[in-house]
Amino acid sequence: MKQVFARPKVLLETPMHYCPGCTHGIAHRLLAEVIDELDLRGRTVGVASVGCSVFMYNYFDLDFQQAAHGRAPAVATGIKRVLPDRIVFTYQGDGDLAAIGTAEIVHAANRGENITVIFINNAVYGMTGGQMAPTTLLGMRTTTTPFGRDARQAGYPIRVVELLNTLRGPAYLARVALTGPAHIHKAKKAIRRALQTQVDGLGFSLVEVLSTCPVTWGLQPLEAIHWLESNMLPAFPLGEFRTPDGPREAPPSPDGRRGEKVPAGTGGGPERV
Amino acid sequence: MERMLMKGNEAIAEAAVRAGVAAYFGYPITPQSELPEYMARELPGRGGVFLQAESEVAAINMVYGAAGAGARVMTSTSSPGVSLMQEGLSYLVGAELPCVVVNMVRGGPGLGNIAPAQGDYFQATRSAGHGDGRLLVLAPATIQEAADLTILAFDLAERYRNPVMILGDGILGQMMEPVTFPEPVARERDLSWATTGAGEGPRRLISSIYLEPESLERHNLHLQEKYRRMQQEARVEAYRMEDAAVAVAAFGLAARVARSAVDRARAKGIRAGLLRPITLYPFPTAAYAEAAGRVQVFLTVEMSAGQLVEDVRLAVEGRVPVRFYGRLGGVVPTPPEVLEQIERVAGEVGER
Repeated sequence: MKQVFARPKVLLETPMHYCPGCTHGIAHRLLAEVIDELDLRGRTVGVASVGCSVFMYNYFDLDFQQAAHGRAPAVATGIKRVLPDRIVFTYQGDGDLAAIGTAEIVHAANRGENITVIFINNAVYGMTGGQMAPTTLLGMRTTTTPFGRDARQAGYPIRVVELLNTLRGPAYLARVALTGPAHIHKAKKAIRRALQTQVDGLGFSLVEVLSTCPVTWGLQPLEAIHWLESNMLPAFPLGEFRTPDGPREAPPSPDGRRGEKVPAGTGGGPERV
Repeated sequence: MERMLMKGNEAIAEAAVRAGVAAYFGYPITPQSELPEYMARELPGRGGVFLQAESEVAAINMVYGAAGAGARVMTSTSSPGVSLMQEGLSYLVGAELPCVVVNMVRGGPGLGNIAPAQGDYFQATRSAGHGDGRLLVLAPATIQEAADLTILAFDLAERYRNPVMILGDGILGQMMEPVTFPEPVARERDLSWATTGAGEGPRRLISSIYLEPESLERHNLHLQEKYRRMQQEARVEAYRMEDAAVAVAAFGLAARVARSAVDRARAKGIRAGLLRPITLYPFPTAAYAEAAGRVQVFLTVEMSAGQLVEDVRLAVEGRVPVRFYGRLGGVVPTPPEVLEQIERVAGEVGER
């Protein structure tokens, strides 16, 4: 019988520790499929960051370094600079990349560091139990914004891809969402293009992956998918913002939304149950 | 062998290049900026990588990545920069990665000033960031010694898979002295732990996570066993100690001043000597304990509020008094000042 579905070779047969409905598993699988397809096993070093995905090295048959909170782009820089012919990627959450690690990601991107960043944005701190992230939507309830994120007190959700898209350094910037077969298919294409950008030596690539965190959102897995679609997609527009063959300076975003203000109170966080 | 007149910062950089440093990551800070500037000029043409990081935080994490990939790597900074590197140092120690960190100490606390000081002794010798980690700490007193200890630092870092700190000060970095560089000795390195992409082999992991307390305890006991083995690296210089009644303890720049004061005391008939620690961690405890059986009093001379004095007291275990003299805030003690202190403690024990 013809086999039509199998575990990617680079993904180990280790049960994952992620919560039911969490999309880390999908993101891991897409990354593993791309690594297989591009035949990168044997010359790839991953950098795991602090957050729920810190143990991702248990699931991949790859060399890994575990980085301090937010420092993965600096660690990846160190690896890539001394082993320029290896493929180096980081896998970082929104707290890691967009709060404590803001300087490291901005400067790695600005140097055009030839690494790939998989950036998981689920609008919340998952591992520490559901606190506000820099990407938490306005009005969204978290354990540290119990009355909803108020811009006057806690500022605005950071749109990382748009922020990095103001720099000349990056070669590939995209935002995707793990909300259904069509979006997941596009997500894989973006991850593949990001890693191909590095393989071709074209410079910094980053894919922002809108993801769910059903447990800290207080939602069932399917409700979480719907919540992401109706709340995160309007705040974080999808698409390829920068491609290696496109212009390198301040291009408009594909949907022309760049710079648009998110009105206070929109996004409305899930009620905690 | 070629003899060159060099600044301390440049001699350390040149020694590192000759020792085969593959990468330097750093952030500018006075009084050590000649070091990254030298690296920026020299390294690219001599087979290495120079990168100016966006901060000391990023620099030490670049060092972590490169060290984990098996490269001979270093950074350099001065006191406030070392504070920022504490996080990275803890991870380097926890993941057992070799690297060399140069700290040209300046006056503190806070922004302090850019004058030479020794106030980072505790920070360097007591821990490597959070947790139970240690750095090997080397304290040169001359430019020649700075170059020699830089080469030793890479060897020690790789032998023990642990960060090594070279603790200098602003004057050591800026002053010029003649220096000769020994021929580099090529050593085979065991890199069976480094993350280089796995090739055909099994995957490797660089990490400091041990979630189970028992397993983290085992890891810590392994590190402690390593620190015990490091004790054999303790180095000390004894100057006019043979018949000394007053032993001055000082390191780095303060030791140079103390040496002059010891000569002046001897000229006045006081039997003074100098016992200079070259390694601050491991501290040469045995040498101080042995001297405690022969001398009548110790005097530590420091450019701090009294930090080395604690290690000397721990070493002599109360057998002889240990007195302290220090200048703060980047003020360097003068030989006449130190002579006066030697006379004071000599009088205390009836030595003139």
